[in-house]
Amino acid sequence: MSTTVLRKDSATDGAPPSGGAPSRARTEPRRGRSRAGRVVGQVLLYTVLTALSAAILVPFAWMLVSSVKLDAEVFTVPIQWIPKSFHWENFADIWTEIPMLTYLGNSLFLSVVITFLQVLTGSFAAYGFAKVRFPGRDALFLAYIATIAVPWQAYMVPQYIIMQRIGLVDTHLSLILLQAFGAFGVFLMRQYYQSIPEELSEAARLDGLSEYGIWARIMLPLSKPALASLALLTFVFTWNDYMGPFIYLTSNDLWTVQLGLRSFVGVYDSRYAMIMTGSVLSVLPILVVFLLGQRHFVQGIATSGMK
Amino acid sequence: MTSTANATALRRRRRRTTLVGWSFILPNFLGFAALTLVPVVATLLLAFTNWNSYSTPEWVGLDNFRRMLDSDNFWAALSNTTYYAVGHIPLTLAASLGLAVLLNQKLRGVGVLRTAFFFPYITSLVAVAVVWNMLLSPDVGPVNQLLKAVGVAHPPGWTTSTDWSMPAVIIASVWRDMGYYMVLYLAGLQTIPAELYEAARVDGAGPWKRFWHVTVPGLRPTTFFVLVMLTVASFKVFDLIQVMTEGGPGRSTLVLSQLIFREGITQGRFGYSSAISLVLFLLVMGITVIQFQLQRRHER
Repeated sequence: MSTTVLRKDSATDGAPPSGGAPSRARTEPRRGRSRAGRVVGQVLLYTVLTALSAAILVPFAWMLVSSVKLDAEVFTVPIQWIPKSFHWENFADIWTEIPMLTYLGNSLFLSVVITFLQVLTGSFAAYGFAKVRFPGRDALFLAYIATIAVPWQAYMVPQYIIMQRIGLVDTHLSLILLQAFGAFGVFLMRQYYQSIPEELSEAARLDGLSEYGIWARIMLPLSKPALASLALLTFVFTWNDYMGPFIYLTSNDLWTVQLGLRSFVGVYDSRYAMIMTGSVLSVLPILVVFLLGQRHFVQGIATSGMK
Repeated sequence: MTSTANATALRRRRRRTTLVGWSFILPNFLGFAALTLVPVVATLLLAFTNWNSYSTPEWVGLDNFRRMLDSDNFWAALSNTTYYAVGHIPLTLAASLGLAVLLNQKLRGVGVLRTAFFFPYITSLVAVAVVWNMLLSPDVGPVNQLLKAVGVAHPPGWTTSTDWSMPAVIIASVWRDMGYYMVLYLAGLQTIPAELYEAARVDGAGPWKRFWHVTVPGLRPTTFFVLVMLTVASFKVFDLIQVMTEGGPGRSTLVLSQLIFREGITQGRFGYSSAISLVLFLLVMGITVIQFQLQRRHER
């Protein structure tokens, strides 16, 4: 109890200058005084947090509000934070204005396929790295780890040359191959498998289960939280990926929603409202996925600590 | 007789385990080797060759690097990347640490706030870039309207000005990334024992002192990790800048990754772009190694 209060102090004190006085009063460990101080502290903290989150959410508010305005109403002096009239038809018109459905479909296709392959091959390989002992295993894993530290931008050109040579530039397959076998999934899943006690797989081995059986029947069910984390992170990063599609996809009918939106901005520079409508539509699926699996997201990031 | 039989049986079993182990790793490894491992090694070699879309690779030693040192674009990209890193790293670090400390409490509704702060990180990048371009629009954007309202007569031109385009990009990127590092810091805060705060309080340490003498040292491993991640991320920055400014105006936000893309993929100068890639890699590597050394010295 007291520790929560303590941390609250150290927090409020850091933010606004006004937070100093009441919290300093609380440094004496006396109960009567600290109670009133605590209430003041709570109120202050809530005020600071609400103001901060409002500030951080301004871009989203702008996006939402602008998406139902007329193009001419987006930039006004002063800003209309509540539109004069709501133009919901923007959300109906955008489907014919640009091939939004194709873009969304492409994004969905790529995200689902890449996520599926990444989770499947990642967890499979991670089992080999975590639970099967064989010569050369650790050296191999080091190679995986080492490449996580190399920025992707440093080897994108040779990747591109390879794809060009095998004729896969401007296909969805190129992106699937590039992104489905990343080291990240292996790394994340291996971390998790190592926390599962060796005795479990040992007992299963004695019961006559093959290694593949252990992976399928014991490890997979046990690692559901880690699988969910990996799946969600991969899905969102693939959905949001800009550079991959930007480099590899040139045909309009293959474009993802990110590319489609960007080209819309390039061509119709002044269709502000419609651009924001498209932005809202590109963020919406992520919001849904995120709200459904929020817990796994945060866990995945906190345990792996990497993208 | 029996011992040799045992030995062969053992060897056979070992070979079996090796095969089983490889069979697990292989599906992922094939893709990984062909499209990550080979390209990484290829970058190292190609950097010393002259090769473009129309020619065959030819070993030229350090020619590419000499050319790079004479190139204005390279120096502009290097200094812009450094500028971005110097702005992005401390600001993101401070913002994420501040948010984590503020949000590390058992308060009603704190979960909602954490979500709010984290959400920019997973918002689609194009939407982020486009919205910030609008918010920072020089004449009628909300940011400059606010600045004018508080008395700034000539607010910055942001992405339309060569002086202010990089700060504009940094603002958007800090906004986007701080939620991610906040999650790392929140995880780190869980590892600081409550007794330490208790003890500091008994010793009469005020909140500010407790922050500096308990929270900050307790978070040192997390901060180190965050710093390394932030450094790598800053030096390879690409997509946000590509969408917000495309490296402009002029080349005021041209960064190394963009230069690699332009030279290697747009122009097809494979050798030269690999040399720049190698420099980018060594830069990131060098800074990370220095950070590791400093961290180790600190632990001793």
